[in-house]
Amino acid sequence: MRVLRAAWLIARKDLVVEARSRELAYTTLFFAVSCVLVFAFAFVREGRAIEDAAAGILWVTLAFSGTLALGRAFERERQADTLRALLLAPTERAAVYLGKLLGLLVLMLAVEAIIVPIVGLLFAAPIGRAPLLLGALVVTGTIGFAAVGTMFAAMLVRAHSRDVLLPMLLYPIAVPVIIAGVRGTAAIFAQEPNLEAAQAWLSMLVFFDAVFVTLALWTFGPVMSE
Amino acid sequence: MSRWKIDRRKLVATLAGVAMTLVLCASSLVLAQEPQNEFKPMTEVPIETLPAMPLLYIAYAFVWVALLGYVFMLWQRVGRVERELAEVNEKLRSARR
Amino acid sequence: MRLANRVVPFLLLAAAAMFVRAPFMIEAAPIESTMGVIQKIFYFHVPSAAASFLGAFVCGIASAIYLWRRSRTADHLAVSGAELAVVFGLIVLVTGPLWARKAWGVWWQWDVRLTMTLVMWMIFVAYLLLRRFGGPGSEVLSAAVGVFGMALVPFIYVSVNYWRTIHPNTNVVRSLPPEMSEPFRWAMIAFMLLFAALLIVRTRLEAGRAALEEAYVSLED
Repeated sequence: MRVLRAAWLIARKDLVVEARSRELAYTTLFFAVSCVLVFAFAFVREGRAIEDAAAGILWVTLAFSGTLALGRAFERERQADTLRALLLAPTERAAVYLGKLLGLLVLMLAVEAIIVPIVGLLFAAPIGRAPLLLGALVVTGTIGFAAVGTMFAAMLVRAHSRDVLLPMLLYPIAVPVIIAGVRGTAAIFAQEPNLEAAQAWLSMLVFFDAVFVTLALWTFGPVMSE
Repeated sequence: MSRWKIDRRKLVATLAGVAMTLVLCASSLVLAQEPQNEFKPMTEVPIETLPAMPLLYIAYAFVWVALLGYVFMLWQRVGRVERELAEVNEKLRSARR
Repeated sequence: MRLANRVVPFLLLAAAAMFVRAPFMIEAAPIESTMGVIQKIFYFHVPSAAASFLGAFVCGIASAIYLWRRSRTADHLAVSGAELAVVFGLIVLVTGPLWARKAWGVWWQWDVRLTMTLVMWMIFVAYLLLRRFGGPGSEVLSAAVGVFGMALVPFIYVSVNYWRTIHPNTNVVRSLPPEMSEPFRWAMIAFMLLFAALLIVRTRLEAGRAALEEAYVSLED
């Protein structure tokens, strides 16, 4: 399909730019690690993490570093004014959205691939207990967060106070993702793991992803055409 | 003058962003933990229904105040807009003459 | 709009009359067996929640119409819907904890229903903040927020029936005995009449503000 091919070209452009400078990757990763550290000081008592803190710390870190990556990715577009060029190009708006989403997903998943083991290590969380389920939760959660985030970050590129408006708009709408992610991960990490509950939360994440990616694809065109 | 206006906007927007961030933190971290159980001393048992009344009155009072306050606020704003609209239309008419 | 002129006073009077009668009906209603007299907050709490959800839907649908048709009336309706969702939502979020303090012993519980009601409220507060501080072009942006916010509402409704929660199930309303369902329906109708009146008034206010801005612009010319 032409749309998918165009989306892939756009994503590839982003990834090539990123691969050359690796600015976003390094800064996002370092920010995520700092986040984990700060939360560690908040939630470690007598040298051991409070129960279930690992799940919460993981997801809040993903949300914060994701927001940072979103902001920076679109700031880069804004500075070079390439977003308008992209929108003027003879591709469908949906392709632009999908392309940016794909590029950001690759970046965020790469960062998470490092953060999840770090969290497991620092908080003695059993990430090896149900690796596929945990991986599925992280991936679907990231897709949900990035889907809404890409939409809003693109929308806000030309707005005032955009740095503060992005989290203000994104976090409430991404709360179902965070709740499902934390509860699902906590169900896996718990002393008595409840894998059925984790699967239920996973199915909610999949449903959320389907609804909101579709919604974003529908609304991206009308919103960006001003 | 306009410089101050933008700063105030940014401040309010920043505060709102911080508040939203805190809610996100709280909901995800606290949800991972079990809710606490309340400890009820024996002396509360015979007078259980009485402490409810103040809460009930406060709740209904709040509803009335909120609704009436909002209706009043709307009324004020509608009046102000209508007055300003009449003024501006008058100025436009006299400017066209 | 001239139809609205005639309808609004009628709606407001009807709502006011019902609101005046309501406390007497609520007083006469029986006391609930498990929760005691505090349960009577229910008569205003649930209709407020209904009005808040209705405001959210109005905002969402009007936002969608604005996004695809760029109809100015839809935009004004969306702002009104969001503002009403916030006002009635605030009533829910204040009366709820007052009820919870007595019924459950804590002011707040982070269960899914409560959390998502708070989140939905915050989405529409964010909508209003975006309108105020987003600068030019924020009508379209906030329309997108409105649509996304409305899409989130079903998640809130489904959550209470799917996951364990200590919040009373929605089936409570369907199984009310007649001594309780009568004041409940009365209060519900009163809130809906008030909602309709406020929606019309607020939309007209927004249209008036837009006309005022245009008038100022043409004044400068």
